[in-house]
Amino acid sequence: MAKRESTFKNMALALAVITAVAGAALALVYSVTAEPIKASQIAKTNNAIKMVIPEFETMTDTTMMPETGKDSIRLYTLIKGTENSGYAVETYTDNGFSGRFKLMVGFTPDGAISNIEVLEHKETPGLGTKMALPGFKDQFKGIQLADLPGEQLKVKKDGGTVDAITAATISSRGFCDAVNRAYSTFKTAKKQ
Amino acid sequence: MNQVNNFTKGFFRENPILVLLLGTCPTLAVTSSAMNGLGMGLATTFVLFMSNMFISMVKGFIPDKVRIPAFIVVIASFVTIVDLLMQAYTPGLSSQLGIFIPLIVVNCIVLGRAEAFAAKNGVLSSFIDGAGMGLGFTMALVAMGSIREVLGAGSIFGFKFINETADGILIFILAPGAFITLGFLIALLKKLNKTS
Repeated sequence: MAKRESTFKNMALALAVITAVAGAALALVYSVTAEPIKASQIAKTNNAIKMVIPEFETMTDTTMMPETGKDSIRLYTLIKGTENSGYAVETYTDNGFSGRFKLMVGFTPDGAISNIEVLEHKETPGLGTKMALPGFKDQFKGIQLADLPGEQLKVKKDGGTVDAITAATISSRGFCDAVNRAYSTFKTAKKQ
Repeated sequence: MNQVNNFTKGFFRENPILVLLLGTCPTLAVTSSAMNGLGMGLATTFVLFMSNMFISMVKGFIPDKVRIPAFIVVIASFVTIVDLLMQAYTPGLSSQLGIFIPLIVVNCIVLGRAEAFAAKNGVLSSFIDGAGMGLGFTMALVAMGSIREVLGAGSIFGFKFINETADGILIFILAPGAFITLGFLIALLKKLNKTS
């Protein structure tokens, strides 16, 4: 097939047709995938809530601004029957080694940490990623932040109680920061 | 051109990463594990053969002066389609590869093959070229990811074969390890190509 000449009309026509076809194709794919993408995000959040507070039947959620930090935090109140079975707080830190990471922190009704799940992160494989393993995050289980000085978790290097991950102190600090943010939000929510 | 030859050249003689040295940026960044390498490789392969095929189909319609913007629109559309499909059906892998999927758009392998091959050859040849190049890319990524994962984390495709809490040689997971591994693989392929 002979090449079409690069006249203004030909060029405009070629680009218009190609972008129109591309636009239509993308619109189609978007409309097909919009539902599954939304569903998979909801499923991910729900799984994380189940990991931190295993027993609940219904939940309500509120969104609020933390005392520090740029974005709002979502707090899920979990109810089993008529009893409160705990709270799950979707928290974040901007102090990760490669930017923001998100955690789901579960609190029992009396305010102790029940479990923590890592939702998303960009930490270094083999170093910071260990924060998602039981070896690191299980040390937080059962901790009452109210008993700590300043109600803050800190790594041992900063005079706190948390054993940092070897060669990933920054990720460990970020993790503490996210948990602290979750706790202060949880405390404010409980007062209301 | 012989189609078998056309297909296999992407693996050794003209492997995009190890011989042509195209697209090294995502290569270095995503190969911290074998699974990441495989996911990235297959996503790129899909984009590569779809865009190659499509571009060779419409090449007569596109005037020379606007071919680059036209190619980029085609490539970007396929990348967005892959990105949406992965978010919908493989959310785990999609969050792992993160920014590197949208960046396939500017991966020089894809535009390079469109410009150097698809714009000059027929649909079938372009399709085979895209598939061969894509699979060659995947092979190189999986090789790099496997080496780095085995040495750096003591696991392969996520299965740990050393003590659960033990570390590998961490440098191989980190950025310098990517350069070291790539260097040795290039040297190895150079040696193989010379002797065969």
